Amino acid sequence: MIIAILMFLVPVWVIFASSTHTPETILNQGLQFLTGDNFLHTYSSIFFDHTGYTKNVTAARMLLNSLILAVGFATGKVIISSMAAYAIVYFRFKMANFLFWIIFLTLLLPIQVRIVPSFEVLAHLNLLNSYTGLIVPLIASATGTFFFRQFYKSVPEELLEAAKMDGANSWQFFIDILVPISKTMMAALFIVMFIVGWNQYLWPIMMTTKPEYNTILLGIKEIYQSNFEGSYLPEFNRAFAMIIVALIVPVSMVIIFQRWFIKGLVDSEK
Amino acid sequence: MKKVQFKSKYIPYLFVFPQMAIILIFFIWPSAMAFYYSFVLEDAFGISSRFVWFQNYQDTIFNNDYYSSIIFTFVFSALVTLFSLSVGLLLAYKTNNIIKAKGLYRTLLMWPYAIAPAIAGLMATFFFSESHGALYDFLNSLGWKFDPKSDPFDAQVMLVFVASWKQISVDFIFFLSGLQGIPKSIMEASLIDCKSAVKRFWTIVFPLLAPTTFFLLITNITYSFFDTFGLIDTTTRGTPMGETRTLAYKIYQDGFLGADIGGSSAQSVILLLFVLIITIFQFKYLEKRIHY
Repeated sequence: MIIAILMFLVPVWVIFASSTHTPETILNQGLQFLTGDNFLHTYSSIFFDHTGYTKNVTAARMLLNSLILAVGFATGKVIISSMAAYAIVYFRFKMANFLFWIIFLTLLLPIQVRIVPSFEVLAHLNLLNSYTGLIVPLIASATGTFFFRQFYKSVPEELLEAAKMDGANSWQFFIDILVPISKTMMAALFIVMFIVGWNQYLWPIMMTTKPEYNTILLGIKEIYQSNFEGSYLPEFNRAFAMIIVALIVPVSMVIIFQRWFIKGLVDSEK
Repeated sequence: MKKVQFKSKYIPYLFVFPQMAIILIFFIWPSAMAFYYSFVLEDAFGISSRFVWFQNYQDTIFNNDYYSSIIFTFVFSALVTLFSLSVGLLLAYKTNNIIKAKGLYRTLLMWPYAIAPAIAGLMATFFFSESHGALYDFLNSLGWKFDPKSDPFDAQVMLVFVASWKQISVDFIFFLSGLQGIPKSIMEASLIDCKSAVKRFWTIVFPLLAPTTFFLLITNITYSFFDTFGLIDTTTRGTPMGETRTLAYKIYQDGFLGADIGGSSAQSVILLLFVLIITIFQFKYLEKRIHY
């Protein structure tokens, strides 16, 4: 047990400890297991300096972009999929089955596989280098809709009967009854989707050619490239600091909202 | 479906409209384009294109690179699934039996879920790098001439290791919640009937976890197929000698970096068919589960 726990903690600790040393120490002596005294310097430089690898944008800007992507993605997903699931579960209409299958289809072809045509579509629509282009295409997949469909099915029939008897229309039933009782489910899905959004990698690479739209993950990738392919003096401490910064947000989300997170993850798959 | 439902001609369409619009523009449209490209050959300058029927498919299928990518993808997925499932299950079982501070153990084992594959990959490049990698030195000190930059096998070992490391926490979370779903009475009854903990695990607990295991099997396969993209792109990028390319990564390399749109699209379509088979299989199984 202890070994397993350490297997996860130690690598991240080493990266953190190394990030607090000077680039020279790391270059000469390798990765460090104890913290050094360069903490403030490294971290303030990645947040506020426009120099080094991240010439045009600071880590602060990239963090903001990651945050916009993660929050936008998670919010959009919760709203859009709860609405679609509502239509499919609570209405009798001709196309219901057909539409459900269309939504289901999206599970089959992840964005990695249709990347080139997706890029072209976005170029046609003039959405490259925009938050819309970054967020909206990712919402297309069906996971959220399935999640809410499953939950709505478990809601007792009597609820709708009673609401109908009281004369509620479909919109009132959705807003006044269904949304309030699914708050926990919405929060749970939001947490999971926030992390999924934060950790997006390929799509932001393709979508953003301007550095001011870079997410934190892309910032790290750039550092990696200049370290291993460029001719800079390797400033590993900055790369490590960026890794730590990129990790800290999703990790604390998971830990703080643990119960919702587990619920969102486990329930979405039933 | 519900017995009591709303009846309306237009309102349900209003509710599904946002999702349908997004799917149409950002899913159906590009997918249709990929399908069309897979039958078309563009000239080197991208000016003219002609319809070539199944030429792209033939070129794809009768290509050694494609075979090695298929083999790598399958072996890689099988190993990652095996390692992460077994370690995840072991850890979940141990955690479930702990009485004190169960929550703490759970937290300490589930947080790696939040590590992006790309970040796991970047960390791995440092740990396995020649100039300052602790794991690189360790493996070489064991007498293994470990060098992921030039030896394909070593690079593959590294990817399997990192990909499994990253996936353990997911399997752990699901197995733990599966274990907690097993009624206490069953566990207590088995405790009376069978003294051997190992036997108890394999004859009582493991069969009860079968649905979870099956679900995770599918999840892990899709993870190895698609989500390891970021990991590969930040570590080997298919090197050495193109021996570490999953099918998804090859589609990206051929299509975006190699500008072979036709071939890349043909590969997408083949991969789609494969995923379709897995999914139908999964749903058949799930339907059965609901009926018994």
